[in-house]
Amino acid sequence: MTDLKFEDCLTRLEQIVSALEAGNLPLEDSLKVFEEGVSLARHCSRYLDEAERRIELLVKDDAGATTTRPLAWEGEDEA
Amino acid sequence: MAERTVLTVSALSQQLYAVMEERFPAVWVEGEVSNFKVYGSGHAYFTLKDEGAQLRCVLFRTRARRVRFEPKDGLSVMAFGAIEVYAQRGEYQLVVELLEPRGLGALQLAFEQLKGRLQAEGLFDQRRKRPLPRFPRKIGIVTSPSGAALRDMLRIIGRRFGEVHIVLAGARVQGDGAAADVAQGVRELNALGGVDVIIVGRGGGSLEDLWAFNDEMLARTIVASKVPVISAVGHEVDFTIADFVADVRAATPSNAAELVVREKRAVAESVGDLTFRLQRAMRRALGAHRDRLERSLGRRVLTDPGRPLRDLARRLDDARARLRQAELATLGRATHRLAMAERGLRAANPVASTRRDRRSLIDLQGRLTRGLHRALDRSRHRLGAAAGRLDSLSPLAVLGRGYSLTLTPARRIVRSWRDVSAGDAVRVLLHEGSLDCRVDATRERDDRPQV
Repeated sequence: MTDLKFEDCLTRLEQIVSALEAGNLPLEDSLKVFEEGVSLARHCSRYLDEAERRIELLVKDDAGATTTRPLAWEGEDEA
Repeated sequence: MAERTVLTVSALSQQLYAVMEERFPAVWVEGEVSNFKVYGSGHAYFTLKDEGAQLRCVLFRTRARRVRFEPKDGLSVMAFGAIEVYAQRGEYQLVVELLEPRGLGALQLAFEQLKGRLQAEGLFDQRRKRPLPRFPRKIGIVTSPSGAALRDMLRIIGRRFGEVHIVLAGARVQGDGAAADVAQGVRELNALGGVDVIIVGRGGGSLEDLWAFNDEMLARTIVASKVPVISAVGHEVDFTIADFVADVRAATPSNAAELVVREKRAVAESVGDLTFRLQRAMRRALGAHRDRLERSLGRRVLTDPGRPLRDLARRLDDARARLRQAELATLGRATHRLAMAERGLRAANPVASTRRDRRSLIDLQGRLTRGLHRALDRSRHRLGAAAGRLDSLSPLAVLGRGYSLTLTPARRIVRSWRDVSAGDAVRVLLHEGSLDCRVDATRERDDRPQV
């Protein structure tokens, strides 16, 4: 679940909601997708809560390989 | 007569060159390009012409590199350079230092030319372009680390939904090498992996300032990018080649940031909305299933649980009764058939039939014997009668009265004198014995009294 991208989660959640709203799933399937939907919704919410601001700069290391290093946030009027 | 002055060809050329060099050290010439040709050396040769004259021109490789548009036949240009005599062939030519298109500026023309070419290749085709991810987690930005464009983008992102991962690929965005820098950034962000979208941009500037984003190599790098690319170059009115090939063109860097990062509130609301709908839909689904269950419970089958059992018991009894009846009927039919069979069998008893056969055999023997006797009697009687009649009819009986029969050797009866000739042997049958005779003579008439 955690390796799912937020967008994929949200897309799957939308599909589940649509399927449930259509109302023609057997009870067992309804329960199964509902469970999955709840888990996805929780995942999405957690992503929103826990997402962190990170800014990195692409640099070349001594061996010439591309790597990243953190960059200070320079924004003046952060909201 | 003045003394004749004779110059060698070389000497004259030398002098002409000197005059020309002195007279036209550097000139601007305008005309139409024709016979433009680039040789393997990188030098280009062409002719400038107008209605009345032609001028050969050469554009050496080092100069050609600085020409920002593609010289083509038919273009009106202004060329700046020096006239040079090409003594070996008796020609003079313009050694071009600068070449500019007339009408459009050189940059503008180059832009239009590249745009036309890439468009013809289908690189601007909307069908080729990819949609942006709705919720990118990792955003790549290629721009100058110190530029206003980056500040603008970071400010917007921070305001909307700051909790994203941004990877900056620093690049010069104007001047020599800028296009290569930006292309390099796009490639590196692709190679880094996990980048959901790339923003390529810089703030507004003059046409010259934005020139890096009209580079063909950069355009092809953007086209080749596996990650969707947003171009955000300059102000709303400026269009660059990068804008045409990018998956999405943002009017400004700020606009690009807005396109990429949604407002966190809106996203959270959409998650909340989905969660609400999920729960409501599940409640409804449960409700619908419960309704069905209750409708089922409402049926008599469930309100009087004994009833179906009673029904079943009655049906079982019925079935059992019908089974018995059926058994009986079947048994009756079988008994009847058995009786019939027994009767038939009894009739076919071999002992009985032997006895009966013997009886009829004796009977038949009697009838046969009696019949045989009767037939014998009848035959014997018929034989006696026939013998009597036979006897009276026998010619041999006549012979007893003194008649005889004469036969030819072929045992035919002689009835007429014509039947034999004199000398023929005949046999005469008498009542007792026979005579073998020879005919002495035949006579038609004899002395028998005629009747």
